[in-house]
This record gives sequence, C-alpha cells and structure tokens, in this order.
Amino acid sequence: MYPDNLYYTKDHEWVKLEGDEAVVGITDFAQKQLGDIIYVDLPQPGKVLEARQAIGSVESVKSVSDVYSPVSGEVVAANSELAQTPDLINKDPHGQGWIVRLKIKDKSELNNLMKAADYEKYLEGLEH
Amino acid sequence: MSYIPISEQDKKEMLARIGVESVEDLFCCIPESIRLKGLLNLPGPLSEPEILEYFEERGKKNSFDRYLSFLGGGAYDHFIPAVVDYLSSRGEFVSPYTPYQPEVSQGTLQVIFEFQTLICQLTGLDIANASLYDGATGAAEAVLMANRVKNKKRLLVASNVHPEYRQVIYTYTRNLGLEVVEIPYDRLGRVDQKGLESALNSHTSVLLCQSPNYFGVVEDLKSLGELTHRHDALLAVVISEPLSLGLLEAPGKLGADIVTGEAQSFGLPLSYGGPYLGFMACKKEFVRQLPGRIAGQTVDAEGRRGFVLTLSTREQHIRREKATSNICTNQAHCALRATIYLETLGRQGLKKMAWLNLQKAAYALETLTAIPGVSRKFGGPVFNEFVLEFPTDWNRIKQKLEEKGILGGLALGEAYQGLEKCALVTITEKHSREKIDRYAQVLREVLK
Amino acid sequence: MINVIREPLIFEISSPGKSGVRLPNLDVPEKLDVLEGLTVREDLEGFPEVSETEVTRHFTRLSQMNYCVDFGFYPLGSCTMKYNPKLNEKVAGMASLAGVHPLAPEKLAQGNLELMKTLEKLLCEITGMDAVSLQPAAGAHGELTGMMLIRAYHEAQGNPRKYVLIPDSAHGTNPSSAHICGYVVREIKSNDRGTISLEDLAREMTEEVAALMVTNPNTLGVFESEICQISEIVHAKGGFVYMDGANLNALAGITRPGDMKVDVLHLNLHKTFSTPHGGGGPGSGPVAVKKILEPYLPVPIIEEKDGQYHLNYNRPKSIGRVKSFYGQFLVMLKALAYILALGPAGLREMTEIAVLNSNYIRKSLEGVYHLKYDSPTLHECVFSDKFQKDFGVSNLDISKRLLDYGLHPPTMSFPLIVHGALMIEPTETESRRDLDLFIEAMKAIDREARENPELLRTAPHITYVRRLDEVQAARNPILRWEKK
Repeated sequence: MYPDNLYYTKDHEWVKLEGDEAVVGITDFAQKQLGDIIYVDLPQPGKVLEARQAIGSVESVKSVSDVYSPVSGEVVAANSELAQTPDLINKDPHGQGWIVRLKIKDKSELNNLMKAADYEKYLEGLEH
Repeated sequence: MSYIPISEQDKKEMLARIGVESVEDLFCCIPESIRLKGLLNLPGPLSEPEILEYFEERGKKNSFDRYLSFLGGGAYDHFIPAVVDYLSSRGEFVSPYTPYQPEVSQGTLQVIFEFQTLICQLTGLDIANASLYDGATGAAEAVLMANRVKNKKRLLVASNVHPEYRQVIYTYTRNLGLEVVEIPYDRLGRVDQKGLESALNSHTSVLLCQSPNYFGVVEDLKSLGELTHRHDALLAVVISEPLSLGLLEAPGKLGADIVTGEAQSFGLPLSYGGPYLGFMACKKEFVRQLPGRIAGQTVDAEGRRGFVLTLSTREQHIRREKATSNICTNQAHCALRATIYLETLGRQGLKKMAWLNLQKAAYALETLTAIPGVSRKFGGPVFNEFVLEFPTDWNRIKQKLEEKGILGGLALGEAYQGLEKCALVTITEKHSREKIDRYAQVLREVLK
Repeated sequence: MINVIREPLIFEISSPGKSGVRLPNLDVPEKLDVLEGLTVREDLEGFPEVSETEVTRHFTRLSQMNYCVDFGFYPLGSCTMKYNPKLNEKVAGMASLAGVHPLAPEKLAQGNLELMKTLEKLLCEITGMDAVSLQPAAGAHGELTGMMLIRAYHEAQGNPRKYVLIPDSAHGTNPSSAHICGYVVREIKSNDRGTISLEDLAREMTEEVAALMVTNPNTLGVFESEICQISEIVHAKGGFVYMDGANLNALAGITRPGDMKVDVLHLNLHKTFSTPHGGGGPGSGPVAVKKILEPYLPVPIIEEKDGQYHLNYNRPKSIGRVKSFYGQFLVMLKALAYILALGPAGLREMTEIAVLNSNYIRKSLEGVYHLKYDSPTLHECVFSDKFQKDFGVSNLDISKRLLDYGLHPPTMSFPLIVHGALMIEPTETESRRDLDLFIEAMKAIDREARENPELLRTAPHITYVRRLDEVQAARNPILRWEKK
C-alpha cells in the first residue's frame, strides 16, 4: 500500500526524489492517526532547513503535529492548495496532499530513510 | 456544615464496598511525617446568619457609599438594568463548567457567540474571542499577539495608556526579550505624533494606544493607524470605557488591527476591581494568533445549527508550551452579563447611554472650569472623563473635598510627573445635574 | 427542560425601534459643539433591538440548554465541580462590599481590605505557606505569576536559569506558563505507578533548572509519596518546587504543601473553595509562597497595622502587576464565606468525603472499565476505554451516551499518558444516590457497548442538539453572526 518510489521516516513523513528536488508529505498512517485535517501551517519559500527540523505543522480538531523535514534543503514551494483544502492530506496523502518541495542539499541523506517495505514493517511493530 | 450529603450510614456502607476500615485508610499513600496531627487553626464553623452578619459588619467598615464619587479611570459606576442581575443569576448560567460538552452547553455557547458578534459590531473588526481576564491583561495579550503576527521585537506603548495596564504589559513582556518603548503625549493629551514617528522603525511590531485614553481624551486613531502602517507595524487600541463606542466611530474602521479592552461598563458592578471583563477583537487574517477561547457555528448530526468551542489548537491544552497564551478559564459569566446588558439596551439604548455620558461630562466640564482657578488641562476632545488643573497640589484639594463628602477625582501626579496639580474627573449617566452642581459648589468653597 | 423551541440568535428576532430598558432623559442643556474633533459613528449596524420580555425569554430558554451543577452530577476530573453554596452569592452581592470603587481611598474601603487580608491569612494556614497574593485572575494566571516569582528570584542571584521540569501527566497550562516566563520545558516521563521517578528527576535536575512544576496529587489522582525527597533533589541544585494546587481538594486539612517543602503554589478558589465556574469563569488563582519569594510578589500587597489596612506599592523587588486592581474580589468573598462556613473540622471532612466518593466510584467500576495504573488514588480516578475499544466504542462515545442518561461525562482524553482516558472527580457534595446513578449508568453503557455499539457511536440522542460537527466548525470558521 505504501508506494515503492518514496522514502519514509519514523515520524511518518515521506519524501520523493524528483531530479535535484524532493517532495515531502505525511504518510497515510499519519493522516489516519490525526483524523480530519483542518489546517496546515506552511513554510515560506526560501527557508533553509536542516534534516529533522520542523517544516510546519498539521492540525486536526484536537491535535497539532509538527512535520519534520526528512532531508536538508531549501524550500522551493509549499502546496498552497492546502490553505483552502487541507483535507487533500486525508484524501490523497502521498499525492495531491504533498506539503513542500525542497531543493536537496545532500542526496546521501536519503540513505538514512526507510523504503516502503521497511516502513510497513516498522508500522506493524507500532501496532503491537 | 460542609455541604456534604453523605450520612454516617452511607459512609459505613461505602467503606465496606471499598474494602477498608476507615476513611483514614484511604490516605495511607500520604507519609505520616507530613500529615497534620490536629486540626488547622481556622475560625468557624459559622452558621448562615453568622456569616451574613460577619460580612455585613465588614461592609459597615467601608464608608465609600457615604460619598459622592467622581472616580473612574478604568472602573465606572453605570446603571445596570434589573434584568441583568435577574437573568445572570440563574443556576444554569452560574454553575456549569466551560462548555466542553457542546450538546449540553448550547446556552453558554450561544451566549458567547452573541457576545463575540456584539464585540465585532462595536469595534468594527472581523472576529472576537470569548473574553479575557480584564483590560490590563487584554492590553498585554494584544502586544504579545502583535509580536507573534509581525515577529519584531519592538513594542510601542503610549504613555497615556492606563498606568496599571502599562505595568501589566511590563510584567508580561520582561522575560521574553522584547523591547517596550513609551511614546509621550502632546498638549492635547493625545499621543505625540512626532514622538511616535521618531520611535517607529523597521523593528516595530505595534503601537498600543488607548482611546479614550487615561486622560479621557479621544485619540486621532486614523492618523495613528496611517503612521504605524507606514512602518509595517500594527495599531492596537485598548478601550477602558467601551460605552464610548455607542457614539464614537468603530476603531476597526479607522485602521485599528487589534482592539482590546475592559467591558466592566457593560453591566458589571464596581466590585472593588474584579471580576471584570477583558475583550479582544482583530482582523480575520490574525485569527490563529488570537488568544483565548472562541465559539463557532456548526451543524449537528441532523443538520441543525449549533455552537462549539473551536480553533482550540491555538490553546494551551493542545499546543502546551507553543500555545498563543496560557489562558484557560476566562470570564464567561461576566461576558454573559455584558451580553444581557447590551442586548437589553440595544441599538437605541446604547446610543442614548453614550449620549447621556457625553453631554453630562460636557456640562460638568463647563461648570467646573467656570470656577476661578480651575482649568481644563488638555485640549483634546473627551467622552465622559477629563483632566482638570488646579492652583495647588491636587492631593490637598482632594483632602478638603473628602471632608465635605466628595471624591472629586483621581490624582495623576504619582503616574505622571508634572501633573501633580491635576485630577481625572469622571461623569456617568448616574450623575444628575444636581450632583454635578453640588460638586461645583463645594469645589468653589474649597478653593476660596 | 422544554427543548422543543429552537431559540434563534437575538439578532434574528430584532426589529427596529424596540429597547429593553427605559433610560432617563437628559437633565442638562444639550450642546452639539461637544462633537467637535470627534469621529462619530453613523450607526450601530446590526445591533439588536428587542423588548425586555424578549430578552428574558431569550436568556431563560438559552439557560435551559445548559447542564449545570445545580441540576446534577458533574464529575469532570481535575475541575472539582462541587456544589456552590447559595449563601456565598448573597454575600458577594452585598452592595456595601461590591459597590466600592477600586481606587477609592484606602480608609473608605477598610472592610474590603480586611476581608482580603483575612482570606490571605486563612489560605496561608491551609497551605502551610508564608504569604499569599490574591491578584491572579485564574489558575493559569496564578501559575504564570508563580513562575515569574521564581524567575525574578533567580535573576536577582545573577542567573535566571534555562529549564523547567514538568511531568508528562501535567496540565497543558504548566508548560505554557513556563514558556511565557521565558523557560524551556523539559518533560519528565512518569514511571509505571504514574508518578515521578526519583532517578529520572535526579538525572534531569541541574543548576540550569529553575524549577520543577508538580501537581500533587497528580492528574491520575495519585499522591507523589516521595514528594519530600523530590523537593530535596530540586533544592539541592538551587531550584524551586512549584506545585499546581488544582487538586487541593484531596489534601486540605490532611496535609499541607508547605510541609512538603513546596516553595510556590497556586490555588483555584473556583475548585477547592466552591466558587461557581460560571460557564468558564471568573475564577481566581491566588499564589502562595515561602518567605524567600515574598519580596517578589505582585504589587500592591495588603499590610495591617494597628487594625488599619494599607496597600503597599513600594516593593522594589516585586515582579510588578499581573492584573489591574487587586484580583477577582467578589470571588474571594465567596471563598472566604465557604471557609468560614466549614471551619477546620469541616474542611477536613470535605477532603475526606471527596476521597471517599472517588474511591467508591473507582471500586464500583473496576473491572467494568480499564484502570491503567493500580496505585491508590485520592479525590479522582482515571479509567480508560480500553475494554470498550474492542467493540469499536471510544471514550467520546461513552461520554456522549452519558448525556442521554442525564449525566455530565468525566474529563476526556486527559491526562495524555492514559490513552482514551475518562477522568472522574465526584467531589464531596454528591449524595450516595447521585453516585449510584452514575455508576449504574456507566455499567449500562458498558453493556450497550457490547450489545449495540451503534447506539453509543451516534449518541447523544435526546439532547437539544445531536453530536456537533467540530471539523466543519474549524475548517470554515463562522465566529459571528452577520446580516444576510
């Protein structure tokens, strides 16, 4: 169920490599845990992030979760659609519900992340 | 009398079900070393009539009500319609908690929603919260909010903002690495625009001013808004006499970005300073930075309109240390009183009330300044308070007036150097012409 | 309750020309030149215009949509929803007390000052502390004040320090208050008994830690039995112990925070001391301190000399003001009346019965609902929805179903360390009959969870409104009425 072309973090973010850029979002597991998303706090383009630094936050009615950048880089764009329709994250977490696009600083950081099969195994561990 | 409905028989049976011998056993988790050995050294128990008598006796030691008072300065003695006391004392309003279960709290929630609407209408801004503690904490929350919106560390506060409000701002901001700069006042008693212009720079988040200000003078909000906006700062206005909004243009329409204040004037007794009622309104785009609870409209499972507390992710119980404010409890019951008051007066009543205050204050100002030696200190336009200047130190005149049963006004000398001869005089609709004339007559005698 | 009439917003029943009150006519000559220099508003657009009858019906109907303590059991954990004695309302309504202007000369307000000073002294005795400021407006405000005192002290020693330690079971206001004081919060994990582990604390406690904020009994209702050792660890590194007094209803008359070596605590007069919650305030959150922190208390303080009371503003070390005037005066009066009515034995009995009632409920529901921690509890107990989860029923569903039984639900989903929490605090003012009604309802709901979970998931069924759509409210906020 988790796409093979994405990398995953333990905090339930995903990242997809597109040339020199990385698209980042939260996983299907994360959106289900949060429930209906009502607001997404997005960063300004140009912001430089270290890996594991907070990009912004995702809010449901009764919770707020920080979203951490899986890799280091500079914000190229944020998904402005989310301002009007934050539930895109609920409907299509790995696609239209993307959060930011980064210009990657060091592609080797991706090696620290999980592939789909590992992430699924990781989730199984969490459920017990 | 501990208001306990458990009998000895109940107690026995309950202990048996729990499986312990005595109530004492339930406290076994508290180490012996810190347990009280005997009873606390407290008075009582007193019976109901004894308690009433106790408080009545203390009431007699307050002689305030034997004086004719012209005190204001953030606490106003206005007429309160009987219906406000009657309706607000219903147990269904007095004894619920914060409306965490909206299905059985629609009364409180709808009242808050109506309160928010009234505050928006009065201030001319888009949204309002469910209340804050009082005007002073409202002023502090307003500058902190502006700092979150603009993310700049310099905060300007007009020196003619209520001295106690400014003290609270200092207390709130001193640990946060923020710079608070006071802006002087001019000859009219208003914010000195030259002083403001030189204090505004690119690091400034906000100017907080009060209107009518502590001298009773109505500020030129339009000019202040233009100046602050030119420097990419916000204009926050604090109002301690919101009855003025029954007459004056809504600050939101003159350029204010945040309006906060004290709504004690709306149906709350003087109460020796509390509980009072802070309010706050702002432009829509700042909604996520607004502190305090907010009620919002929604629908239930059958599509009927209902109200809930909403946008709670701003608040401490969810966001913990990242919350917009640590405020939890607000002043819901005070907001209820204000809502009943405003809805009872209504559009006509509030306008008339404001008009009475304005006209009576004008009459008092004219009558008192006709006395030789008494002059108006500031030239700016006023609502129901004004500053008078006397030939000698006000404290001496005040003393003599007091001896003749009059509390003639508030001293300004302690908070403002150079105003030792001045007093802030407040007039409300409760001051009949006869009372104002009496003040004038006694003052004339005292100054002779 | 007659819930058949749908009550519109006041704005929707307004029609031009009406007013609910007759105001006097102007008795001075009207002058139009006073408007010079003022920007006057054109109108009060949208402001309601209704008669007194309509106002009365409107608010009476609205009131009937509210659940309240006067109506029934209100077991919100950590909120201490006890009965509010009516005598206290009468006291707070006395014109000779409530009619005084806050800036009246001191000598004209001696009665009020005496009452405040008396309350301060009684609170010192009850808590075992040395001094009290009544100025803070609510619990969270008292917390903020308390943390400011701690910071001011450390600053005076040359280093404000950086961190504040807070257990993961704490109220959200704790970290928020510490943050507003400029501190970085470090969370301490609870151990398997739900309390603070001394080893963890000793590891975290350094000379850069300003204070530990502790709630005792904590939000599970569990007393921190090692509180004295906890205090010693914190004091050894020059830190302060801040106690959240929200749960004082479990301790008053039995033990005192001051005797546990607590340095600062705030009280909630609207919890322990029976003042009504008013649908969310006004509360009152006095802060009590040991001598070492007294110089930093907010100004003014009330001093007594030869039977005369005086407000002292000249306190160079004070943190300043946290509120205008002196605090929530009328709330203080109610609390004072309550303490006088109870007396020392009554205050102790209050605590004893609060703890008895809570343990009675705990024992009666054990096995029916899951209890994560089996440590002994005092005035409240925290169950969870773990058993009912198997049938697809959550703590929210259980709570909403309780509304159909005419009861208010417990606090939900707090403390955060118990997943699906149902936090129950009955207080001492509930009769056995009311406790049993609740217990029976909780058991019946458990049966319903097994037999007909859909009934719970769609509850409540008979309230004025059904379950409300909070997602829509937050996604598309409508925060005020607007003219169509």
